Amino acid sequence: MKFLEEFRDLDLAKKLAHKIKETAHKDKITLMEVCGTHTMAIHKFGIRGLLPENIRLISGPGCPVCVTPNQYLDRAISLSFQKDVLVSTFGDMLRVPGSSMSLESARAKGGKVKMVYSPLDALKLARENPGLKVVFLAVGFETTSPGICVTLEQAEKQKVKNFWVLVGHKLIPPAMEALVKDKRIGIDGFICPAHVSTIIGLAPYQFLARDYGIPCLVAGFEPLDILQGILMLVEMIERGEAKVKNQYQRVASENGNKNAQRLLEKFFEPVDSEWRGLGIIPRSGYQLRQGFEHREAEKMIPVEVEETREHKACRCGEVLQGLIEPKDCPLYGKVCTPESPVGPCMVSSEGSCSAYYKYVGI
Amino acid sequence: MNKNQILLAHGDGGRLSRNLIEEIFAKAFANPELSPLADSALLSLSKKKIAFTTDSYTVKPIFFPESDIGRLAVYGTVNDLAVMGARPIYLSCGFILEEGLEIEVLKRIVDSMKSASELVGVKLVTGDTKVVEKGSADKIFINTSGIGELLEWRSMKKPLKPGDEILVSGTIGEHGIAVLSARGELELKIPVQSDCAPVWELVSMLYQEKVEVKWMRDPTRGGVATCLNELVLGQKFGVMIAESKIPVLDSVDSACEILGLDPLYLANEGKMVCVVKKGEAERAREIMRKSQIGKNAVIIGEVISEPAGKVLVSTKIGGTRILGMLAGAPLPRIC
Repeated sequence: MKFLEEFRDLDLAKKLAHKIKETAHKDKITLMEVCGTHTMAIHKFGIRGLLPENIRLISGPGCPVCVTPNQYLDRAISLSFQKDVLVSTFGDMLRVPGSSMSLESARAKGGKVKMVYSPLDALKLARENPGLKVVFLAVGFETTSPGICVTLEQAEKQKVKNFWVLVGHKLIPPAMEALVKDKRIGIDGFICPAHVSTIIGLAPYQFLARDYGIPCLVAGFEPLDILQGILMLVEMIERGEAKVKNQYQRVASENGNKNAQRLLEKFFEPVDSEWRGLGIIPRSGYQLRQGFEHREAEKMIPVEVEETREHKACRCGEVLQGLIEPKDCPLYGKVCTPESPVGPCMVSSEGSCSAYYKYVGI
Repeated sequence: MNKNQILLAHGDGGRLSRNLIEEIFAKAFANPELSPLADSALLSLSKKKIAFTTDSYTVKPIFFPESDIGRLAVYGTVNDLAVMGARPIYLSCGFILEEGLEIEVLKRIVDSMKSASELVGVKLVTGDTKVVEKGSADKIFINTSGIGELLEWRSMKKPLKPGDEILVSGTIGEHGIAVLSARGELELKIPVQSDCAPVWELVSMLYQEKVEVKWMRDPTRGGVATCLNELVLGQKFGVMIAESKIPVLDSVDSACEILGLDPLYLANEGKMVCVVKKGEAERAREIMRKSQIGKNAVIIGEVISEPAGKVLVSTKIGGTRILGMLAGAPLPRIC
């Protein structure tokens, strides 16, 4: 396929792998790929097998499904059982277990849940079903949130009265800071998410390099992107240099997408937010700004939400922080499988446990 | 509700039922075994050993690019017979119709089943129709069962050994993407047609040329990945396939990239995966390539001794990964 095959070239991959091996002298170099799509690509293309033993890749919290707390899901499930409410969502939220069930099982029990491919499809559902209150589950990072802004803008323009969002958006850089502060993890360098960076640009990572001395590298999702990114990071680490560099110049730019940033600024403001496994991180989530609160389902469609319960043995939290590998969790592959996931990391195809299960096995 | 639609009375066993059977089913599928419209069809078989299979079809939408549920219901079942090394001979057919279905739609589906069964040379000899209330089914569900005569193909009984080679009869993933696209939920028009076709021709050619085929499957739901996993499950061997050898149309590949799907897990309805004795693969490939549906046949990998029970993929960049079973329907991702 054009513009993809070029980034999957065997000879170039071999050369890059060789160069990485020659460059990496330190005993142990720990790199975190923050984004779930990177985790997937690393497993899918077998990249770990091409790296020398002194380079350790750990997976970060960059899977939106995985970091969404139970309470959010419980509220969405509760909404789906309201007589006049239709909950619409991206596909990978369906199977995430809440405190007592998933959206998929809520649907089987009579809850109204509809999978859509885009928030604009959810808005269309609202227009087509004026008798229903359509709630879209606005989950995701900076890559996804601008799409929600566009949808809200359209909803306002078209005066669609029966459309709400349940905002669960998260911001990536504050989570990266929380991970750096945790000395147990010991991150030497970040592979920064590609598409989040196309929106926010490079500036939001600068404090990580400046204040914490951690080199950051924006890399694309193709195997050669990732290998080149790892090489650039290792070069910085070996030189003792902490900068924010961009391997993914064909898509991500220094300043990011100004239009998207304007939209985010218009509709959302940062708030402290709970991440599954990481707890509450200051200013790491979004809420709708004053003037748009009438679109927030949590405020406008009050429902009773059950008390949050988490599976005691589930170690998704530590997996999300890169503290343990999926196989170190006692539930992994035994009680917790993609067919019947206990923790969210096993649900999303981008979740660390799911990627591990799919590509490495039990 | 009018006379152009299926009514509950079409399923009550009375005059309307009889009319439907005579006007639509018996007319289309006429053959000596079916035509008496008795309680059972009386069949004769020349071989002692037969293959017998059943499958139900609930695809949505019922019409999709280049095919429909009727064609699928014939080819799906005859393909299950063919890959067991059996010549498809007879089919049964059960229809569950939703009240209100346009009779014209039913006719189109039946016509499509007629031409599909004629192409394979299989006879539809017995059937049943039920009508359920509106909302209790989605337009039409079809069950077909099939009987085939087992070919005397000694290599099919031989155990697989490391070095045996694996072939796929053509490009994969088209049916999965065509159906997904035809559902119209994607706001994305993907120019992909279903590959829905009978693989009997390929099986028959390999048999006639005495190729030492040891194992065959049609990689339907769950795709090539799932059928290879079934092959190695609990066995003392594994398989290794090369990602760069897997034939995928550009359009399918692009759709998969956009939607976050893997063509190895997508359904096919006119493809075959087979394992042949070491040294036979190139001959098998050339034989399959003589047929229209096998023209893109390729060798994709081989049976290996270690690790046992696993399917491995050598990736395009020289890495290796495990190809697991599909767990649940693939869900599109958030980002």
